[in-house]
Amino acid sequence: MPIIDDNGFRAEAERAYLTPEDALASEASELAVLLPNDASAEALAPAFGRIALIAVEFPSFADGRGFSLGRRLRALGFKGALRAKGPLISDQYAFARGCGFDEVEIDDAMAARQPEAHWLKAAQNNQALYKRGRAA
Amino acid sequence: MYRYDEFDHDFVRARVATFRDQVARRVTGALTEEEFRPLRLQNGLYLQLHAYMLRIAVPYGTLSSRQMRQFALIADTWDKGYGHFTTRQNIQFNWPKLKDVPDILDALADVEMHAIQTSGNCIRNVTSDQFAGAASDEIEDPRPTCELVRQWSTNHPEFAFLPRKFKIAVTGSPNDRAAVKAHDIGLRMVRDDAGAPGYEVIVGGGLGRTPMIGKVVREFLPKDQLLRYLEAILRVYNLHGRRDNKYKARIKILVHETGLEELRAMIEAEFEAMDAPTFAPSAEEIARIEAYFAPPAFETVEGADAALEAAKAADPRFAAWVDTNVVDHREPGYAIATISLKAIGEAPGDATSEQMRVMADLAERYSFDELRVTHEQNIVLPHLRKDQLHEVYQALDAAGLGTANIGLISDMIACPGLDYCALATARSIPVAQDIARHFADPVVARDIGEMKIKISGCINACGHHHVGHIGILGLDKGGIENYQITLGGDATETAAIGERMGPGFPAEEVVPAIERIVETYKAERLNREETFLQTYRRIGAEPFKEALYPSEARHAA
Repeated sequence: MPIIDDNGFRAEAERAYLTPEDALASEASELAVLLPNDASAEALAPAFGRIALIAVEFPSFADGRGFSLGRRLRALGFKGALRAKGPLISDQYAFARGCGFDEVEIDDAMAARQPEAHWLKAAQNNQALYKRGRAA
Repeated sequence: MYRYDEFDHDFVRARVATFRDQVARRVTGALTEEEFRPLRLQNGLYLQLHAYMLRIAVPYGTLSSRQMRQFALIADTWDKGYGHFTTRQNIQFNWPKLKDVPDILDALADVEMHAIQTSGNCIRNVTSDQFAGAASDEIEDPRPTCELVRQWSTNHPEFAFLPRKFKIAVTGSPNDRAAVKAHDIGLRMVRDDAGAPGYEVIVGGGLGRTPMIGKVVREFLPKDQLLRYLEAILRVYNLHGRRDNKYKARIKILVHETGLEELRAMIEAEFEAMDAPTFAPSAEEIARIEAYFAPPAFETVEGADAALEAAKAADPRFAAWVDTNVVDHREPGYAIATISLKAIGEAPGDATSEQMRVMADLAERYSFDELRVTHEQNIVLPHLRKDQLHEVYQALDAAGLGTANIGLISDMIACPGLDYCALATARSIPVAQDIARHFADPVVARDIGEMKIKISGCINACGHHHVGHIGILGLDKGGIENYQITLGGDATETAAIGERMGPGFPAEEVVPAIERIVETYKAERLNREETFLQTYRRIGAEPFKEALYPSEARHAA
């Protein structure tokens, strides 16, 4: 399971994510939550202080709901790690970063097809977003 | 007009490099065809019936002569010597080879142009009033707003994978020439009671299979809140728009199924939750943008009106052209001319490379170097001195561009149809050509008066047939082209969806059917001042149905 950030790939063992409901009920800290892309960011907000990682599911690279969900989580004050999990393509890396995500989780088959070099190139493309005139 | 600075130049060059890289990754298999497709589309490249089609963005329809000349060069170098101006105020080239596309994009970047977001499920190229900055009825120039929206929507990280395409149109005039009620978002520039500038925000308009007139979601939005409000609408749409059926994925369906009141509450809640300063463009950026749209250096022309009247008296064909193709300018001594790309018997919206060069030369010499593309598939010279109109007309006429038919029956919108398009179920261009030839006599056309015929070759409605005074929809019925007729559509501030008259007609019966509609109008109108649309609204569909489907025949059937 490669995890991709601005520094490239890093390996991570298969992780046991909590559902949003279990996270809200839990009293433990440093939780990792898997959030479907039609879930409510607001509903999860009371648990933000106990969550270290939220992975937003992208069921398909063409389903862009996760980008809006990422921005909402950040707007609501989530300060932990935010991960886009699913079959994203390297061309979407800048979009994910622009929506508040820190990293992307893809499966091994995708990593074989789109190797680290592609993602590093995408991470270094500082023209991938048209940024000026406004802070967002 | 807007000019690129270093930032824009770097951005567009980087996009060309990215697209080259994407093509290379598709070739190696790093990208699957399914993954490559939206990337290709967001770079304006479609796969059509016979070839690829490249759709180039003309932001809010504004062009310089240099840019128009570059279209001519592209047409000659990589296409078949012509281009097609579209209802999106863009230009399409119908015959580029895939291997040439990165070179074409480089040639576009040389003149500050690109094909970004002219297709795909993203925020498309923003459109506007082709008379912006020149119209005598304008409240405020819409172009700085358009440019701000262009910058905001370009590669917006959150909105590049929407449920479906998303079109925004802006008008600064109460007389809507930009069809804002037929867009996903329409913005009308207005002022509140205190005179402060802002927008009426219209949402959920659209044509296609399920035509809808947009609804007012916000009566008055202060000008500096625009991007924040757009962001709120787009976020609600991105999260809640349907993704299970592409034909139900436009925001118009979300408005329809959710209800305007509930959707408005969702948008307002999102809007309130957003940090206002984050979305407010800086005053410096607003000033930078507005400076590009400062009025050109108009001159005080002595005797301009007298010179125009003398030329009209001496040249009746010119007088006829002025009558139909020229409208008032806000500046005394100036006029706005629309160049018809609807010469009788030609494909609506097509221009040859030679015609492009003629139009570019005239813009450079007479119109402060500016041209506009209209959503009705014509070209505008926005700032002409009245005493120079005759020279301009003569040059246009010599290039086959002097057709005096703007707003008349032969000034039709037609989609490319089955001659080009992979989606089409019937041909559009030959139908338009037949109608134009039938009503070619200028005396006949003038007697009919204002008449907007719009033709689509399939239910996706690229030819805007739903909002044509006469709409024609080409379908396939058991392998035979069949054309349905709607009447009473309207794309302006009094927008309406046309009403279907009855069963369709085979291709050869379309012209006779239009003839019967026209004859019914002429018999029923109160006087020559009452337009077809006014007559239709006054007397309703029944007399036209009777003309199209005589009751004897109906009862016999």
